[in-house]
Amino acid sequence: MINLREVNETNEMIQRENLDVRTITMGISLIDCMDSDVERTCERVYEKITDKAKNLVKVGEDIEAEYGIPIVNKRISVTPIGLIGASSCRSTGDFVKLAKTLDKAAKTTGVNFMGGYTALVSKGMTEKERLLIESIPEALCSTERIMSSVVAGSTRTGIDMDAVRLMGEIILKTAEATKQNDSIGCTKLVVLCNAPDDNPFMAGAFHGVTEADAVINVGVSGPGVVKRALEKTRGSDFETLCETIKKTAFKITRVGELVAQEASRRLGVPFGIIDLSLAPTPAIGDSVADILREIGVEYPGAPGTTAALALLNDQVKKGGIMAASSVGGLSGAFIPVSEDQGMIDAAEAGALTIEKLEAMTCVCSVGLDMIAIPGDTPAETISGIIADELTLGMINQKTTAARLIPVIGKGVGDSAEFGGLLGHAPIMPVNGFSCKDLIHRTGRIPAPIHSFKN
Amino acid sequence: MDDNRQRAIITVVGHDTVGIIARVCTYLADSNINILDISQTIVGGYFNMMMITDLSGKKKHFAEISSELESLGEDIGVIIKIQREDIFDKMHRV
Repeated sequence: MINLREVNETNEMIQRENLDVRTITMGISLIDCMDSDVERTCERVYEKITDKAKNLVKVGEDIEAEYGIPIVNKRISVTPIGLIGASSCRSTGDFVKLAKTLDKAAKTTGVNFMGGYTALVSKGMTEKERLLIESIPEALCSTERIMSSVVAGSTRTGIDMDAVRLMGEIILKTAEATKQNDSIGCTKLVVLCNAPDDNPFMAGAFHGVTEADAVINVGVSGPGVVKRALEKTRGSDFETLCETIKKTAFKITRVGELVAQEASRRLGVPFGIIDLSLAPTPAIGDSVADILREIGVEYPGAPGTTAALALLNDQVKKGGIMAASSVGGLSGAFIPVSEDQGMIDAAEAGALTIEKLEAMTCVCSVGLDMIAIPGDTPAETISGIIADELTLGMINQKTTAARLIPVIGKGVGDSAEFGGLLGHAPIMPVNGFSCKDLIHRTGRIPAPIHSFKN
Repeated sequence: MDDNRQRAIITVVGHDTVGIIARVCTYLADSNINILDISQTIVGGYFNMMMITDLSGKKKHFAEISSELESLGEDIGVIIKIQREDIFDKMHRV
């Protein structure tokens, strides 16, 4: 039988160390909503989402209350709209109509974000996908809860450099369209390589075409719990360090598994995956950067950071895998800059640069995330940073992504304020040398060789 | 529903005072909730108790019990929480 010590340990994690379930995300297929008429498509999309997810928020809140564990976000991901709108959308305006419909459905169901305003263009763009990408700036500034992603590469297909070039311009246009609010539109836009079909986390969440009609995916969190556990192992050897991370990750993930199974049962929707992620928030004590410092670097960015992060990422997976029946999504430690107070501190102290972050993304989940850069950064340079990041994913067979925010009207030394979970970020300097001629080449970078690994 | 789903852990934390257990138990008896196990410690004047309870005969919804226990706690000057047992089982038992 459970004893007092165990009960207290669990409740300490929740109350003092910010243990929570970061998100319950319902993936919904919209494939059966396609129509040749855009109004009719919008109608069907709205009906399907509001029907499937009508109890999502309520069930999330019930579970939260009955188990005493916060479930921070209830969200929805849908089939990439680049596909859903392909037969009905004839202009960027038509795609924006779909975006507004999704936004309305998000508000009706009460979810705080909906992902899937997405184009899958790893190898090439259809005309309709190009239209969707071109509609992103307007779609993001005329909606509140829509998240957009563009998958521009994979290990199997290579990288569509035409899409990467276009995205440099689109990111700047999105920044310009939301410049009143520190270009916040770009916080909802990510470019990915090897994007998973079952990711519950924003901004890159979409419901892949290989998925079932509806599915429940859950993202766990709890960097504060890992940090607190590691405080007790100061000065110990690597074996103790790794064991502690694994045990803690196991406990955190078990809670996610319970919540996922329970949500799936109550909603009558199959359980998909648990995303084993350490997802920070700007709250004090909810930081991945603080874990890296606890492992032994003065600030993230110091020499040794990549080693510490790789170790952390690997142990979180090893501990979490056994705790969950099915694992997927992005699974690993997230290192967004603006959403993690420890990362913000490191950037402000001058310890962390974009180049070091790029190295760190080779060994952790996702990529260059929530990084504010000067508003006058040329589109080609943004495309260059994206190309570098996607290449790391393509060559190393992992998911990578770039969510960059060129803050219009601001430069190095300033800070961008996004508010809430999105936090704030110091503007980080970008290498000023040009990559214009590279970016203006057309076509794609071919898929890498799958042998001769050196 | 199996037995485990009907079990809940009640925790009471706060400054020790006369009659904490009595008042919580009276409330549970009135709500037809059976107590399976109680453990309790006092460290530095701090009262820390947990009860394993069986909700299968409960007369009210979980949410109602939860909010009534919370206000009972406010009355006594302690924090009372009720959580389904599975969260602890899942975390601490392989």
